Amino acid sequence: MHLHKYEKYWLVFGVATLVVFLIILGIGAFHQGSHPNNGKKTLDYEKVNEFPPFDNPGVHKVEGKDWDYEVVVLASAFNYNPPEIEVPLGAKVKFIATSADVMHGFEIAGTNINMMLEPGYISEYVTEVNKLGEFLIVCNEYCGTGHTMMHSMLKVVDPNESQ
Amino acid sequence: MSLNNNLTKVDRRDAKLAMAHIYVAFIALLLGGLAGLLQVFVRSGQFTLPAGIGYYQVLTVHGVLLGLILTTFFIFGFQIASVSRTSGTFTAGQRRLGWIGFWLMTIGTAAAAIMVLLNEATVLYTFYAPLKAHWIFYLGLTLVVVGSWVGGAGQILRYAQWRKENKGSGERSPLLSFMVVVNNLMWFVATLGVAVSVLFQLLPWSLGFIERVDVALSRTLFWYFGHALVYFWLLPAYMIWYVIIPKVIGGKIFSDSLARLSFMLFLIFSVPVGIHHQLTEPGIDSTWKFIQVVLTFAVIVPSLMTAFSMFAMFELRGRELGGKGLYGWFKKLPWKDARFFVPFIGMVAFIPGGAGGIINASYQMNQLIHNTIWVTGHFHLTIATTVVLTYFSAAFWLIPHLTGRTLTKSLNNLGNFAAILWAIGMTIMSSAMHIAGLIGAPRRSDYSEYGGAQQAYDWIPYQIAQAVGGTILFIAILIILYIVVKLAWFAPKGEEEFPVGEVHANSSETPAILENFKVWLVILVALILFAYTIPIYDIISNSPPGSKGYKLW
Repeated sequence: MHLHKYEKYWLVFGVATLVVFLIILGIGAFHQGSHPNNGKKTLDYEKVNEFPPFDNPGVHKVEGKDWDYEVVVLASAFNYNPPEIEVPLGAKVKFIATSADVMHGFEIAGTNINMMLEPGYISEYVTEVNKLGEFLIVCNEYCGTGHTMMHSMLKVVDPNESQ
Repeated sequence: MSLNNNLTKVDRRDAKLAMAHIYVAFIALLLGGLAGLLQVFVRSGQFTLPAGIGYYQVLTVHGVLLGLILTTFFIFGFQIASVSRTSGTFTAGQRRLGWIGFWLMTIGTAAAAIMVLLNEATVLYTFYAPLKAHWIFYLGLTLVVVGSWVGGAGQILRYAQWRKENKGSGERSPLLSFMVVVNNLMWFVATLGVAVSVLFQLLPWSLGFIERVDVALSRTLFWYFGHALVYFWLLPAYMIWYVIIPKVIGGKIFSDSLARLSFMLFLIFSVPVGIHHQLTEPGIDSTWKFIQVVLTFAVIVPSLMTAFSMFAMFELRGRELGGKGLYGWFKKLPWKDARFFVPFIGMVAFIPGGAGGIINASYQMNQLIHNTIWVTGHFHLTIATTVVLTYFSAAFWLIPHLTGRTLTKSLNNLGNFAAILWAIGMTIMSSAMHIAGLIGAPRRSDYSEYGGAQQAYDWIPYQIAQAVGGTILFIAILIILYIVVKLAWFAPKGEEEFPVGEVHANSSETPAILENFKVWLVILVALILFAYTIPIYDIISNSPPGSKGYKLW
């Protein structure tokens, strides 16, 4: 099949750009470990209150792990438990969340923490909180009439000031 | 007799079938547009829906009517006319398939719409299991899909008949019919996913035959279909760009083989990519998510080919008309002709639209904008500007052609005016959506101040801007509907051309492989099996207990 000379240049340039872009994404993902949520642990969503860690939602300081805090969130129509999260600036935090009923979203506005919460699956994301301030947590997957009533707040505080 | 003769008329009986589809499409435009207007008003915080109507109900109506009904019905109207025009009049049997398909789709639409209006199916258009709608809603959507299979089969049979009748003549099959067949095949393969989910999961579940549904599986099956759906909308727009516009501007199709190759690439790369809609979901391995991201990017290649082809064709024509210098040809194009100007705006919108799509599909970059209103801004550029403006431009000549009327100069100018309004309204609305999404505003959400959070207050000015843009868009819809009504019933009687481009003389011979559907379907099936077997096996074997149904609206 005949391709025009300029068309060849255009396609080579375009495809090369895509390949470079994908390589950058791939290095970010597989070399630096920057994956979106892909938690594969499962549970019985109807008995979620009996499962650790969801029997005790909240912020927990942990020792001997790759992260300093575990933030355990249980979502259900139409609220998050706990309703407010406070973590110190610079902490490495693992968010562990699930849904007790339908699909919910867990989006911390103004950050790239954004996961779907699916009944029966545990969603996980590890990140370093490196910006001071209050960040609104919203449900971004339609879950019923109370969908927009469903929110909570992440407070990133200066550890020196709060003492 | 050459089928490319200007005065070749679509057979009256085929025209009637095509018009039936087009009427439903434009009724959907009116109702769906109205639902969109109500939505932007509510979201601005300045307006409350009258008692009894829920925001999410209106949202469901808007999405279903414009995303599924307007598009599918218009596409079928256009495709029926295109096959009849380029492959020849349908046989009675083929036409009957068209009518059966039409009525199945229409009855299904009505059934689903009634359940939505009764507030029995406020589960939005992606189904959102374990939210459970009334079984009639799922059955209605099944009828729409089955109807599209029956109607699509009629179109494919007509093309197959042409191939059979012209066997050994060495002639290429009519390009426009070929493209219709590619689009239908893609649709059949893609809708299998949603059909499996509805028939084996959602329908028996809502009827109470089974108690629980595997949510992760239903979402994966939905998105197997859901991404190809956007190409089902896009390919008819590409048919118009590749085949119709060259004739409208008096030029030639840049390359027959390039057009066919790009359609085949769309066919094989549109289905095995749906997991890029599920990047932030649990239960799917990151390796497979990344593989589907790479496959998603492959589909950019035929888009680049199309962009080149379009501008090459414009330049060739502009120079033929005496355009000099690097850009002189640009001024020579027929800017006052709505059949060219309106889809041209659509092409321009596809540049930021396509770039936004690349961002959405970009693995970890998706986390910033996933389920924010950025995504809504994105597809209001691609489908709601690029695709629908191209459809409208086709309606401007297709409707009078089929009804035996003419597109008058004043209606033509009104069409251009509506498209300019559309561009203004959409620029305001879509930009506001993109920015609000980047700073975190969620999509598919009612007006809320989120307990008085500062971030939520920062979103409100953009929501007001969306209402301004949306209002301008609704005015444009009313103008378009006025033009459609005039063209269907009141414009002066006469002959309106169904423009079908001819291939440029310099274009080389089309390789036979491009017309060999078997080869491409084998590649398609192999790619789908590669991209989906392990993720679906993983979901099934690692599955938590299924979910019971909820009705939370």
